[in-house]
Amino acid sequence: MEKSRYLVGIFDDEDILISAVKSIREAGVRIHECYTPYPVHGLGHALGYRRSRLPVAAFIFGLTGTILALLMQYYMHGFDWPMIIGGKDYTSLPPFIPVTFEVTVLISSLGMVTVFMIISDLRPYGKAKVFDLRATDDKMVMAIDLSRNKKMKLENIKNILTTAGASEIHEKSL
Amino acid sequence: MIQEEKFQLTPSIRKKLLTYGGVGLGLLILGILFLIFGGQSHGAEAHAGSEGGHAEFHWYNRLFANLWINNVYFTGLAIIGVFFVAIQYVSQAGWSVLIKRIPEAFGAWLPYAGVLMLLVFLVGGHSIFHWTHSELYDESNPAYDPIIAGKRGFLNYPFFLIRMVAYFGLWYFLFRLIRKESLAEDVNGGVLHYRKMIKYSAIFVVIFAVTSSTSAWDWVLSIDTHWFSTMFGWYVFASWFVNGLAVVTLIVVILRENGYLMAINSNHLHDLGKFIFAFSIFWTYIWFGQFLLIYYANIPEETIYFVERLDSSYYSSIFFANLFMNFFFPFLVLMTRDSKRHTIFLKVACTVVIVGHWMDFYLMITPGTLGENGGFGLIEVGCALVYIAAFLLVVLTNLSKAPLVAKNHPLLQESIHHHT
Repeated sequence: MEKSRYLVGIFDDEDILISAVKSIREAGVRIHECYTPYPVHGLGHALGYRRSRLPVAAFIFGLTGTILALLMQYYMHGFDWPMIIGGKDYTSLPPFIPVTFEVTVLISSLGMVTVFMIISDLRPYGKAKVFDLRATDDKMVMAIDLSRNKKMKLENIKNILTTAGASEIHEKSL
Repeated sequence: MIQEEKFQLTPSIRKKLLTYGGVGLGLLILGILFLIFGGQSHGAEAHAGSEGGHAEFHWYNRLFANLWINNVYFTGLAIIGVFFVAIQYVSQAGWSVLIKRIPEAFGAWLPYAGVLMLLVFLVGGHSIFHWTHSELYDESNPAYDPIIAGKRGFLNYPFFLIRMVAYFGLWYFLFRLIRKESLAEDVNGGVLHYRKMIKYSAIFVVIFAVTSSTSAWDWVLSIDTHWFSTMFGWYVFASWFVNGLAVVTLIVVILRENGYLMAINSNHLHDLGKFIFAFSIFWTYIWFGQFLLIYYANIPEETIYFVERLDSSYYSSIFFANLFMNFFFPFLVLMTRDSKRHTIFLKVACTVVIVGHWMDFYLMITPGTLGENGGFGLIEVGCALVYIAAFLLVVLTNLSKAPLVAKNHPLLQESIHHHT
């Protein structure tokens, strides 16, 4: 698999990181991602993240679950193996509701987890991109994908990072 | 920073409310006159199917049934206001500090609700509650009913009245305690009042956990004297709670549109919207839990409740409208994040939920009191209007007496900077 080159900036403090993200984005550099030891409030907003569309996926999966569950029960109880239970019709709706609800929740949650795994690059046996191990300790790490910033010179980007407050800069191929 | 702001109950608002009340009273009287001099034929033909006991249908039966629906409905609204404030303190919630004066003002309706409830029971209890008929307990009488006679230990006049007075007494007493601390906090500041309020709120929540169920048995469940459901206390509570949340939200939105409470932003509305959304689902869950068990077990003495509602051409349409207004509509309208953050969606959803839960109580009370003589007309609309006007007049007067925001609340800043 081809490797891409990244420029990694290390920041000591979350406030410096947030203001750096703002100034770096204003300078026209595209940031790949930031890694922090703990959730930093307002970082997603500064990085320009749009609102997650995961709820849309959840709704579609949930609807699929509802329809599948109803079809399954109607087919089983009404046509494949009709049985009289408690004197009810073969295809009476109320007893189907609890199963329908459970299958809706099941398909919706499984689907959401799967979608989340895929969009977050967390597939099974996938190799995680670790830019700097200290991101799990006490440093804020910013990664810039150089292949997506070809218009700018490497020296320029390094300068921008330094002026923005990075305490350390290095290149990394992953 | 927040400046101290007070709600002004201007003469024009007061006049408007009094007009609504007056119109309601007019409609009510007109409806009663129509009922007396208009068609009695509907009542005569349908009465064969009723359970017995209510042998004759008079116009005042319908009036008392309506008064009772509104008594239960607005009592619920008042006590849910206190309950809402109490759970905010017990859970030490910060987000709701800016809006907490509004549910707090609801408690002012409690004494009026208690007096109305007592009066209507003493005057009209006989036409609302089947168990108040003395011949049911007389073994020599052909109307003797061993099942109801067996419930006499709980359903009798003195104990019923003692319970009613006890509920209102306890509720109002704890409401006064919470309210007193809340007002003292405005003057003195500090955390002492806050801690006291947590204590009183915890006591209230424990008491309400029991009395919400028992009052629902007394005031609603015992109308269908033979019938019973272990879910009923929760069912009434769920209906009260989601309705209370919708009214709080609607009042917050309207106050904000009139220039009050400008510190409230879409984050607070979002949380209120989530509350209504969640408790609409909770109500449905309880509703369905009650329905499914009775449907599945198929025991005649239990299914009679739903037979009365579903086999009647009149009530069955309300039955399904009830489900639509209180589940499908708020569920679909308030599902997305955007709709919870925009006042227009909230206003529409709240209005539907408020009307929907009135219909819910209508459906709980009317079939058992009026049977097929029940109807929806000028009497229902007029009576509800009178109660709405009276409730709002009392609550808004109370709201105008204290600052709109609890300015010395320890978690006020958290509420101002609330972010979801």
